[in-house]
Amino acid sequence: MANVASQLRGITYVDLYSDYPRFDIDVDVEQQRLLDHDVVLLQFPMFWYSTPSILKEWQDLVLEHGFAYGGGGDKLVGKCMQLAITAAGPDEAYSAGGYQHWPIRDFLRPLEQTARLCSMRFATPYVLYGSLKAPSDGRLESHVEGYRGLLKAIRDDRYDWDAADGSEVVEYDSMPVSGGDA
Amino acid sequence: MDGFLLLAFLFLIAGVIAVPIASRLGLGSVLGYLLAGIAISPILGWLHVDVVSIQHFAEFGVVMMLFLVGLELEPRMLWEMRSRLLGLGGLQVVITVIFIMGIAMALGQPWSIALAIGLVFSLSSTAIVLQTLNEKGLMKCDGGQSSFSVLLFQDIAVIPMLAFIPLLALPELQDLAASAHVADDDGHASLSLVDRVTGWQRALLTIGAIAFVVVVGSYLTRPIFRFIAMAQLRELFTAFALLMVIAIALLMVVVGLSPALGTFLAGVVLANSEYRHELESDVDPFKGLLLGVFFITVGAAIRFDLLIADWPVIIGMTLGLIVLKAVVLYALARVFRIGGSDRWLFTLGLAQAGEFGFVLLSFTVASAVIPVAIADQLLLVVALSMLLTPVLFIVFDKLIAPRFVEAQEQQADDIDEIGDVIVAGHGRFGGIINRILLSAGVKTVVLDYRSEQLDVLRAFGIKVFFGDAMRPDLLHAAGIDEAKILVVAIDDKEHATELVRYVTKHYPEVYIVARAIDRHHVYELYNAGARDIIRETFDSSLRAGRSALEALGFHAYDAERQIRGFVLNDREQMFALASSYDPDVPAHENEEYVRRTKEYLDRYTEAMKGNAAAFGSRLDRGWVPPTLDDVDAVVAKDSEARD
Repeated sequence: MANVASQLRGITYVDLYSDYPRFDIDVDVEQQRLLDHDVVLLQFPMFWYSTPSILKEWQDLVLEHGFAYGGGGDKLVGKCMQLAITAAGPDEAYSAGGYQHWPIRDFLRPLEQTARLCSMRFATPYVLYGSLKAPSDGRLESHVEGYRGLLKAIRDDRYDWDAADGSEVVEYDSMPVSGGDA
Repeated sequence: MDGFLLLAFLFLIAGVIAVPIASRLGLGSVLGYLLAGIAISPILGWLHVDVVSIQHFAEFGVVMMLFLVGLELEPRMLWEMRSRLLGLGGLQVVITVIFIMGIAMALGQPWSIALAIGLVFSLSSTAIVLQTLNEKGLMKCDGGQSSFSVLLFQDIAVIPMLAFIPLLALPELQDLAASAHVADDDGHASLSLVDRVTGWQRALLTIGAIAFVVVVGSYLTRPIFRFIAMAQLRELFTAFALLMVIAIALLMVVVGLSPALGTFLAGVVLANSEYRHELESDVDPFKGLLLGVFFITVGAAIRFDLLIADWPVIIGMTLGLIVLKAVVLYALARVFRIGGSDRWLFTLGLAQAGEFGFVLLSFTVASAVIPVAIADQLLLVVALSMLLTPVLFIVFDKLIAPRFVEAQEQQADDIDEIGDVIVAGHGRFGGIINRILLSAGVKTVVLDYRSEQLDVLRAFGIKVFFGDAMRPDLLHAAGIDEAKILVVAIDDKEHATELVRYVTKHYPEVYIVARAIDRHHVYELYNAGARDIIRETFDSSLRAGRSALEALGFHAYDAERQIRGFVLNDREQMFALASSYDPDVPAHENEEYVRRTKEYLDRYTEAMKGNAAAFGSRLDRGWVPPTLDDVDAVVAKDSEARD
């Protein structure tokens, strides 16, 4: 997925662990990146029902008081935050009766509320369930190709954000993309 | 003395003029030397110079070349080559001899002469081929390696051939040869022990000599080198390297073996030694010069009068020989599965006759095997085929290699994934770098010039080479052409800067990690072209500073952030000052440098007064909780949305 994102033109790809191997995130650089773009897509594997630690550090430092929220914190208003996540458990596990006990959106509430507090749109996440088995049953390939389609559609303004809002998650076979070669 | 100077002048000026022109035209240095020889041959004839005796002297270049080839070849690699050496090399010699013998007999020669001609022509030119392969960087490819196996086998095969040829002697030529033999005795037999001993003694001597070379090479070189290092004179190493090659060659002559074989063996023995690169760069220039002289003499010895008199026969024989050898080589390459452009390199590269052909020919005449008239013609064929070799290489370069380029480039990518790193200086600093690289599975070449240091490292099984990294030839031998990274960790400030300047200028594609002794050294390295510069004590000072802060009761994370902020500001300032620094202008006369330094000094003073904002560290920023006003605003906005 990282390869797909880094190869597309018109998209800025940031590998946080590569830019900040010692976790000393450059707040100014990161804030400028947010200002320069309309959509921020956080791509990560679910670690303990949350983001990997550097992405949390990124939120703590970059979504600063007076920048993203609080007095004068209106720099991100109207921008869009989307997540592209992979979860090890299968989709049926993420339900009241499944072994993960809650739907996946419940685990993503902190991020959703973060976006709300920054007056950003929290778009429906692009999800791959059962990621452990995905390489062997062919879904990984479809998910990666779907990701390419998603990014291109967002870049070319062919992604229907509103239509996506109707569902809990979008997957590679349920993306509201119009026209073009998705 | 005058004669010697004149001769040296002639050879050198011919080479210096002809070789660059030939290289420029893409013909290679060998053809350049050959042409130089042809150009000066009338002058040499006019001066009555004995070209053949110069040639014998210059053949020592071949001996040195085999020593260098041996240095590149570890015993393990030689063992891995055994099937190619015997199979490919052996079959090439045997099949070529049979074919040429058959043709010669069909042309009406008696079988003994035909066999001798076969032996002479079966050999290829080690000197030309290896020199050309090295120049073109083809030595490591499959074609190059196969060619080398065959050449090595041929060089070894010369020894039994020399023993066998006298058995072919023709009675009617022996009277004639008797006089020649007397002359020969003066030159060679005087040194030889083996003429006067019986067969088993001779075998014992031979084995003894080889064992002597192996033992001395393995156990005595190191202490001797250490002894020489005490003098701290670079030329002594050169002298010793030459002495070693000459001594081994001499020893081999005494026991009746080929000097080339002996020095090759010595090279193999020393291939694992840390002095390998030093020896290589010491011997290399001599080898090059001697081979040059050798090729010039080959060019000068071509008897154009014979060629003009008999040109259809001679040219026909030369071309026929090249075609025949090429056919045999091509067939063998197929059998041994040498594919692609390598097969053509192998076929075209080895299709000539070689310098050992000259040796064998003079020996056959002396042993009354071949009449002088035929030998003169054959000599011409050998020389012409050698002269044509560069042309065959050009055919390979221009017509054949391009067709295979694509396939080869893809292959090369895979192999080059982890390029070599050269670590110059293996002390407290370079040593740690080397250990890190090795533990990450990176191949390194370490250069250091302190013998004591090397002994310590060897005890720990670390692969290091003796030598001064400042020497361009040593850098070259260590593989700077193919290296990805050079780590400059030598102690001497000026040397380090000079090394960085040299490498950034001549090898801009090599990434340099440079160790700086102090702040000014950083500026100098930056100016010399290094961009990844690490101050040797900076990081440890930071850790010491952090320890001090922690001991004072700072929270460990606050201490860490303080240090990070310091690093960021220091780096910013360092690069600003480095770019305004000019090594040619004293620091105090460099206005911009002075101005910037003052600016930073002011900020330092501010910071020291406790005004942390003077540095404006980005690391002072962190999570800030919302204020009560913020909370009110959010509540208001939220209820608005609910309505």
